[in-house]
Amino acid sequence: MSLIDARHIDFGHGGQRVLQNVSMSLDKGEIVTIVGPNGSGKSTLLRLLIGALKPQKGTVTRAPGLRIGYVPQKLHIDPTLPITVARFLNLPKPVPAAAASEALRTAGVAGLQRQQMSQLSGGQFQRVLLARAILANPDVLMLDEATQGLDQPGSAAFYRQIAAVRQDLGCAVLMVSHELHVVMSASDRVICLNGHICCEGTPEVVSAAPAYRELFGTGTGGALALYRHEHDHDHGHHHHEAAE
Amino acid sequence: MLDDFLVRAALAAVGTAVAAGLLGCFVVWRRMAYFGDATAHAAVLGVAMALLFGTSITLGVAVVALCMAVLIHALTGQGVAVDTILGVLAHGALALGLVAVTLVPGQRIDLDAYLFGDVLSVTRSDLAVIWGGGALLMGVLWWHWSAMLTATLNPDLAHAAGINPRRQQLILTVLVAAVVAVAIKVVGALLITALLIIPAASARGFASTPERMAFFAMAIGALSALGGLRLALHFDTQVGPSIICVAVFIFALSMIGRHLPKLQV
Repeated sequence: MSLIDARHIDFGHGGQRVLQNVSMSLDKGEIVTIVGPNGSGKSTLLRLLIGALKPQKGTVTRAPGLRIGYVPQKLHIDPTLPITVARFLNLPKPVPAAAASEALRTAGVAGLQRQQMSQLSGGQFQRVLLARAILANPDVLMLDEATQGLDQPGSAAFYRQIAAVRQDLGCAVLMVSHELHVVMSASDRVICLNGHICCEGTPEVVSAAPAYRELFGTGTGGALALYRHEHDHDHGHHHHEAAE
Repeated sequence: MLDDFLVRAALAAVGTAVAAGLLGCFVVWRRMAYFGDATAHAAVLGVAMALLFGTSITLGVAVVALCMAVLIHALTGQGVAVDTILGVLAHGALALGLVAVTLVPGQRIDLDAYLFGDVLSVTRSDLAVIWGGGALLMGVLWWHWSAMLTATLNPDLAHAAGINPRRQQLILTVLVAAVVAVAIKVVGALLITALLIIPAASARGFASTPERMAFFAMAIGALSALGGLRLALHFDTQVGPSIICVAVFIFALSMIGRHLPKLQV
């Protein structure tokens, strides 16, 4: 059975339809990426899947006891709230100090425990969020535009970390992004969303699909191929205007 | 010992300030100050209702504050611009309360006692309500601490961990109403929000974790209560405002303390 199964979801607010007849499912261990332009309902879909929103039509079924590690798009911590990295990792459930430091290492930010969350750089902050998500020992890791505010080498490194984490934990990964070339290459399956599902399939299939090219232009197809072939190289310095 | 009105006043003030200091941290973190104000202002309406129906003041205030709190809680879920509604409700309830109090037949009512508090007249049963209510509040916060903190950080993070952030908010809402009911005797309806937010805001500078901030806020609350009582006795001023004055003084010191290192650079 799928970890999460969404069937014929409709969602809107203020008379505006955000999602229409969206069906998708997520299986064990796969990396799925949802791409789409701004305002296409990507974050809304993710929030429906974790249960923060209720669909107006259709159903979302989560496997019983499903553990979700959620990395939000942007976590604003009110400056009036003092909190160290160590304390943050212990929310909502206390974890052993050894597990916390292991999770920080896995996420690529070892030894940050005593830092205040407010003093972290953007990249460190996202990695601490990732470490916290890992600590839940998740069945599925969900990332909502997790590399917003990172530069290209930074976000490429972040996604390599995700792939490594998936290897370690064997969890499924569901990502939302508009950074097509970086994200798609790491995915097993890509869902192209624009209020409804335009197309889906392997990265190659989606990037060749007419609906996808209509949304994002044709330039990204080449960029993807480039990435696929130069897997071990540092691809952070390429510029793909069509993807911005 | 409890026969001495000063001892009773000190115990009442400290008990209220400690409970308010703890809860005040969440009020500050979640930016609920205006919400606290609205609930506190509604307390005056609660006083009027209690006098009209001949029930205890604490009960009247608790019921009206709770109704106000739940009403606001329901409205905030609807995507309405909340600050305007809070303003309407807060001052509407205050005005209605002030009018209603003068309509109560019979005795002339000393409104000052409800607006600014009258801690020197607390009875043993008032003390029982304050310390019982305070203990209950601490128990509830202790029980929900992690869930509440997670929901405060980010509602979606809470959802993903199986915590319902709306429920946590409702609990906080009810607790604020309870503190209002308890604190009206000590600092009065107009200054309750001050007792909630000033100790917490002062504690921010010294604390590296939420728990330490809560602890410091409680300590600063207690210090303000005792200092304010002392001040009031010495200068023969009203106790409630004196407590807030001491709290503000500590807040000013904490701000100076926070910025000193920067001045030295």
